[in-house]
Amino acid sequence: MSKLTISYSRIITAYAGWWIVWMVVQGYLINQLGFAWTMAAMDAAVTQLALALAGYSINTSMLFYHPSQKNAVYVIIWSVALAVLCVLLQQWILQYLPGDQKAYHQFLEHTLLIRGLFDWFMITLIAILTWFWVYASEQQETAKRNEDAERLAREAELSSLRQQLQPHFLFNSLNSISALVGVHPEQARIMIQQLSDFLRGTLKKDDRQLVSLEEELQHLQLYLDIEKVRFGHRLATIIHRDEASLTLKLPSLLLQPIVENAIKFGLYDTVGEISISITAETKGEHLVIEIKNPFDSFTAQPRQGTGFGLNSIRRRLYLLYSQNNLLVTRSEGNIFTTQLKIPQHP
Amino acid sequence: MINVILIDDEPLARSMVKEYLQSYPDIKIVAECDDGFEGVKAIAQHQPDLIFLDIQMPKINGFEMLELIDQPPAVIFTTAFDEYAIKAFESHAVDYLLKPFSQERFKKAVKKWLNLPPSKKGEPTLELLESTSPPEERHRIVVKKGSSILIIPIPKIHYLEAYDDYVKIHTAEGFYLKKKTMNHYEQSLDPSQFVRVHRSYMINLSELTRIEPLEKESHVALLKSGARISLSQSGYVRLKEILGI
Repeated sequence: MSKLTISYSRIITAYAGWWIVWMVVQGYLINQLGFAWTMAAMDAAVTQLALALAGYSINTSMLFYHPSQKNAVYVIIWSVALAVLCVLLQQWILQYLPGDQKAYHQFLEHTLLIRGLFDWFMITLIAILTWFWVYASEQQETAKRNEDAERLAREAELSSLRQQLQPHFLFNSLNSISALVGVHPEQARIMIQQLSDFLRGTLKKDDRQLVSLEEELQHLQLYLDIEKVRFGHRLATIIHRDEASLTLKLPSLLLQPIVENAIKFGLYDTVGEISISITAETKGEHLVIEIKNPFDSFTAQPRQGTGFGLNSIRRRLYLLYSQNNLLVTRSEGNIFTTQLKIPQHP
Repeated sequence: MINVILIDDEPLARSMVKEYLQSYPDIKIVAECDDGFEGVKAIAQHQPDLIFLDIQMPKINGFEMLELIDQPPAVIFTTAFDEYAIKAFESHAVDYLLKPFSQERFKKAVKKWLNLPPSKKGEPTLELLESTSPPEERHRIVVKKGSSILIIPIPKIHYLEAYDDYVKIHTAEGFYLKKKTMNHYEQSLDPSQFVRVHRSYMINLSELTRIEPLEKESHVALLKSGARISLSQSGYVRLKEILGI
């Protein structure tokens, strides 16, 4: 950001200085052509002031509309129109200048084309500079957004560790293993394996931000397998995905916290057996994933994330795709649904 | 014979305790429960001497379950939770076992209970419950009406009324009794939502429709339900302060 944060007053000074330099140059040239100093100075002042106005106008309109490359033709039309306006204004004012009327009017007539071209050249120059400015700002903004997204992904990793591996998940899993060691040692060993694989997957340095749905579902399956050892008597999970969606990409470690939320919500808000369903399908340019869990609409509290809840997932998606509507929730009867839409061509 | 009940929503966690209890021929497990509802029933039915109780369980947590029992047995908590102020429990509950716990640690807890003087063995843990508020309690209150257990979301409470050793919780469906004090609720409920307007009354602000003067400087609050709650002088001042009038 540092490069672009030049102060406003410095820009104004530079802009004014630029036109004053041209004013001097033009005044000198006209004087050299045999017109009086006063005449030359007035001509130069009117010309350059009109140009400064036109330049300001194209600059503000471009900053406002942010024309894309596709719209470059509009910028060209706008600059030509401004140049014509500008030269007409100059001619109209200059014909009233006092002094040697006849020679000067002739001079004005002869220089109409060159003045018009000069005006257009200057206006286009400002348009190009503005375009570079806008482009550079956008680049910086994108870079900053990517940086934020990376930081959030890192935080998500840590946070998911902190969240899942603290009281509930890690200690209860270890407790289950401890119980299994006595009664089913071979199952204890399997569970240790699953827990290790899950931990490794969560800890894994992830330089590639996007993973395939297949990979993400494998990681999720480890988590679900462990939860089933603990809650197998109550918890059923149904995963539906079409073959085509398996290769689609999504940000890593995105599904597991949402599913964990759903399981907690389902298990602790109701008694008896619950079923969590996860469906993934391709819809147009999006990978659409829906996670459904039962809940008690009478006693349910509004879902609140403890630091890392649905809100930070929504935020992470926004930073990655600059869209706000990629995570939506709804409740129908006693079913709570979290829907994720992951764009495939960002 | 010592009768115990295991209350935990994870079967494996219960089997762990069962295994550890095998070395105590005098202790008999009379029931195993998956949740607090079953727990309340089993305790009423078996009158156990000791219970092993998990905290996070479906619908109602371990603390809320204990609140529903008039004469709670001695409790050893078994939980992976250390978010609650464990220190506060340790002085009141018999013991607090953090999952996963070793057999030695388990034996120590049982020994601690066995060594208590007989008069203290069944000491109710109400004192401890008074001093803690697990997170759920900020959103709901669990009550018993007859033999059924009800969960009242806090926003559905109209007002609270002191009633001897109890608090009457008034809702659209009528009132429920809870063995608590007004002070307890004054401390645990959101003060921007519930205002103590009288020694015996606390009202839910979203239920308030108007405040009317009554004779001689006294006022009365009208609720949406039509209830009229008299305000004490300090209660009236407090209410005006919170409403910013």
